[in-house]
Amino acid sequence: MPVPDLEVQYTKIFIDNEWHESCSGRKMPVHNPATGDLLCEVEEADTEDVDKAVRSARTAFQLGSPWRCMDASDRGLLLNRLADLVERDRLRLATLEALDSGKIFLMAYFVDLMATVKTLRYYGGWADKVQGKTIPVDGEYFTYTRHEPIGVCGQIIPWNFPVMMFAWKIAPALCCGNTVIIKPAEQTPLTALHMACLIKEAGFPPGVVNVLPGYGPTAGNAIAHHMDIDKIAFTGSTAVGKLVQKAAGDSNLKRVTLELGGKNPNIVFADCDLEYAVEQAHSGLFFNQGQCCLAGSRVFVEDSIYEEFVCRSAEKARNKVLGNPLVPGVDQGPQIDQKQFDKILELIESGKREGATLECGGGPWDRNSLFIQPTVFSNVTDDMRIAKEEIFGPVQQIMRFHSVNEVIQRANATHYGLAAGVFTNDIDKALTVSSALQAGMVWVNCYNAMSTQCPFGGFKMSGNGRELGEYALQEYTEVKAVTIKISQKNS
Amino acid sequence: MLRIVLSRTLPRISGISNCQYSAAAIPVPNAQPEVHYNKLFINNEWQDAVSKRSFPTINPATGEVICQVAEADKADVDKAVKAAREAFRFGSPWRRMDASDRGLLLSRLADAIERDTAYLAELETLDNGKPYAVSYSVDVPMVVKCLRYYAGWADKWEGKTIPIDGDFFCYTRHEPIGVCGQIIPWNFPLLMQAWKLGPALATGNTVVMKVAEQTPLTALYVASLIKEVGFPPGVVNILPGMGPSAGSAITSHMDVDKVAFTGSTEVGHLIQQASGSSNLKKVTLELGGKSPNIIMSDANMAEAVEQSHFALFFNQGQCCCAGSRTYVQDTIYDEFMERSVERAKSRVVGDPFNMKTEQGPQVDEEQFKKILGYISSGKREGAKLMCGGGVAADRGYFIQPTIFGDVQDGMTIAREEIFGPVMQILKFKTLEEVVERANDTKYGLAAAVFTKDIDKAHYISSGLRAGTVWINCYDVFGAQAPFGGYKYSGNGRELGEYGLDNYTEVKTVRTPSPPQYCRIKCSGPIGNIS
Repeated sequence: MPVPDLEVQYTKIFIDNEWHESCSGRKMPVHNPATGDLLCEVEEADTEDVDKAVRSARTAFQLGSPWRCMDASDRGLLLNRLADLVERDRLRLATLEALDSGKIFLMAYFVDLMATVKTLRYYGGWADKVQGKTIPVDGEYFTYTRHEPIGVCGQIIPWNFPVMMFAWKIAPALCCGNTVIIKPAEQTPLTALHMACLIKEAGFPPGVVNVLPGYGPTAGNAIAHHMDIDKIAFTGSTAVGKLVQKAAGDSNLKRVTLELGGKNPNIVFADCDLEYAVEQAHSGLFFNQGQCCLAGSRVFVEDSIYEEFVCRSAEKARNKVLGNPLVPGVDQGPQIDQKQFDKILELIESGKREGATLECGGGPWDRNSLFIQPTVFSNVTDDMRIAKEEIFGPVQQIMRFHSVNEVIQRANATHYGLAAGVFTNDIDKALTVSSALQAGMVWVNCYNAMSTQCPFGGFKMSGNGRELGEYALQEYTEVKAVTIKISQKNS
Repeated sequence: MLRIVLSRTLPRISGISNCQYSAAAIPVPNAQPEVHYNKLFINNEWQDAVSKRSFPTINPATGEVICQVAEADKADVDKAVKAAREAFRFGSPWRRMDASDRGLLLSRLADAIERDTAYLAELETLDNGKPYAVSYSVDVPMVVKCLRYYAGWADKWEGKTIPIDGDFFCYTRHEPIGVCGQIIPWNFPLLMQAWKLGPALATGNTVVMKVAEQTPLTALYVASLIKEVGFPPGVVNILPGMGPSAGSAITSHMDVDKVAFTGSTEVGHLIQQASGSSNLKKVTLELGGKSPNIIMSDANMAEAVEQSHFALFFNQGQCCCAGSRTYVQDTIYDEFMERSVERAKSRVVGDPFNMKTEQGPQVDEEQFKKILGYISSGKREGAKLMCGGGVAADRGYFIQPTIFGDVQDGMTIAREEIFGPVMQILKFKTLEEVVERANDTKYGLAAAVFTKDIDKAHYISSGLRAGTVWINCYDVFGAQAPFGGYKYSGNGRELGEYGLDNYTEVKTVRTPSPPQYCRIKCSGPIGNIS
């Protein structure tokens, strides 16, 4: 059960293990999207606060600092301790997350918080296993590589999985020995600030993690352009991803990794388990109010099972229970804010206008709220806006296809390339299609199956670099090769 | 002449900073800890031996019996192997468990051991004789670190997908080997148990472990923690027993897939033979050593003397990697000898529960007599006795810290592993000469060189045929770095990522991949894949 009458404890900017007011004196309002209520106000970080944080993070990264001198295994121990603390405060964090983001409380508790703990523990385990090599070079030399941390890392995270995204970012960064400045989304700063408090409690030295709530165009922009930030990691829209990449080129060529949008194809062949595929495609789209970069928002269904599939999908969508995210039994909460709400409705209208068949839903759930009816469109063609643009809402598109080659071509005909699904019992089809799809993650007979050990990231304009798994370590490592002259080399 | 010498012994072990383990931080020990577990541990249950036999375990500081312990023999090994095989069955809870959950169990075991540090250190000192200050601040913390290290590896031990020729999809699975027999020695009972269990369990194997008959008690207590934290029954089975009976039953068992042994080279030979005579089980061995410790004339003298002292005398000289041939360059030989003798004479030998003690008793009467025999041979063969050379107390198995000078390479004390507090100091002239002499041994476990010269350090470390080479330090260990021997010192490596190899079977899976995917072209706006 969620914590009743939860009071928000942390609303300031976290720099150097201390709580600060904003340099400008400004604050940002934080709302509960399910009710529209103001939850609290939070200090708003801007350029000057970013400068302060960078100075703190840079000092914490100095050669000889406690963080730099620490045993790698002790960095791992700190991450594990943080995981323990998150576990201790799991109920509180899940409640806060549900209030701030509108996501279903039980999902926050069982999915978001579990993934957060597991991610921290996973990277806790990697800390003393990031290994360089000794290398048999030509000539009388002894050569080895050091896998060093990059330095001060700026991290900008979105509002759809606030605390989980927080863990995905800080864990590999800290594991490798970097220091971090992280800007949570302005819509959802609260769990990030609670994490800041736990970071201090766990024993991370001051300046290692700094948490700055603020807006993209101000604080985010300051981070992306900063001349003393060595790397930036951004998760968010492709539009802003492009700005981040430009800013890096404009400033100090900081290393850039991006996790952006998707318009992910979910391909259902006639030889699958139909009911199971319907269910997976449904949760593959509607999970988290449709606010997932991974959402399977183009469901390609083979001709012979198309009608049945559409019928069952619409039925499922109609049966969804909307309501207060804190109440058990509710399946779908509100969208995050007015801007998203308006955008989703606009795209729904475009679907109707461009000739797709509206199977169910198609509008707001009630007046004066941010809830949208679960919506299913069938007879969608590839040129429609709802087939091309990322909607990020509870709107499912179901398209018809005839052959393997055709669907592969159509699935790949997008600038995005984040994820894809394939439902079939035929091993050949599964291997063929999964090899051919231009996507960073392909699921066969499942969807949204994620685990901290497995890399996550996009092809093409869905981003670059990978998060999670061993692969994420590369993004937070700078390789230094050291070559020492010796008088006689032997094998 | 009692001195507080903790500050000398402790910082030499890596990973433990001196400030963490000042004398003030170590609690006063209970010199008579209660023994809670003295039976066989099979399938998460405590059992008497099938034969009902038991054997005494002795306190080496007094020679007195601590308690009786159930003695495992072949019938018990059979039972344990059956339990381990069942726990390893395809579809069993252990096989189906998420790798990350195996890691979590190892982490929980580390936490439980950390919780019971004081008790385990007391029991270890009682059964083995090592000073309590060392059990508490070195052995147990290293156990915790080792288990945490391998807990972290459990879900990170990855196979590969491989681009082979032809229309195939090819990948490897890193599977556990199966039922692993593990036979551990008495010199670091808890630590050796952790070194064995960590990688075996992280990779998903099940274990039948025979602990040394001299020191079974701490391993049995850890067994209770293994059950407490939630390992499924049969995953770990612990059998106290004798080498020739229980140990032999494991090494020749037809249903044990692998055996890992740490102990003497002599027994190592038997194990390799037993594998060949039975089911060709995989064998890894960590055996003896006669490790050279080379002191160049440009070494920091004070450091070199102290480290060399520690390299030999640590753990009552009962280390496979003890620096038992100290080669000192001729120009500094006399000064080095003088300082080493002074240091050895000041070594505090006594009751291991006394916080000021640096050296406890040898582990048992057999070792005690053997070491005294080597000392006699040294005298007989013409080495110069510089200090010590005899028994240090009226009861228990205490031996005086002993140094021989003018040792020649051919002497018994220069060739055979003594495993006691007897230091051999030899003289050398040139770098090339000492590398050759250092390598002139059937062993190859460890080595060290003390020098400020970067080139000499590199030349020697490349030239020495030894699994671990220390430069300007000795006995620096970490769970992250591999440890093992060349030649008769063993095969395979323990610790580090390398330690996982020995507990893994690599399975290659190939399946035809339909050729169509190679030839699909996407003619849309995004470009071609062909």
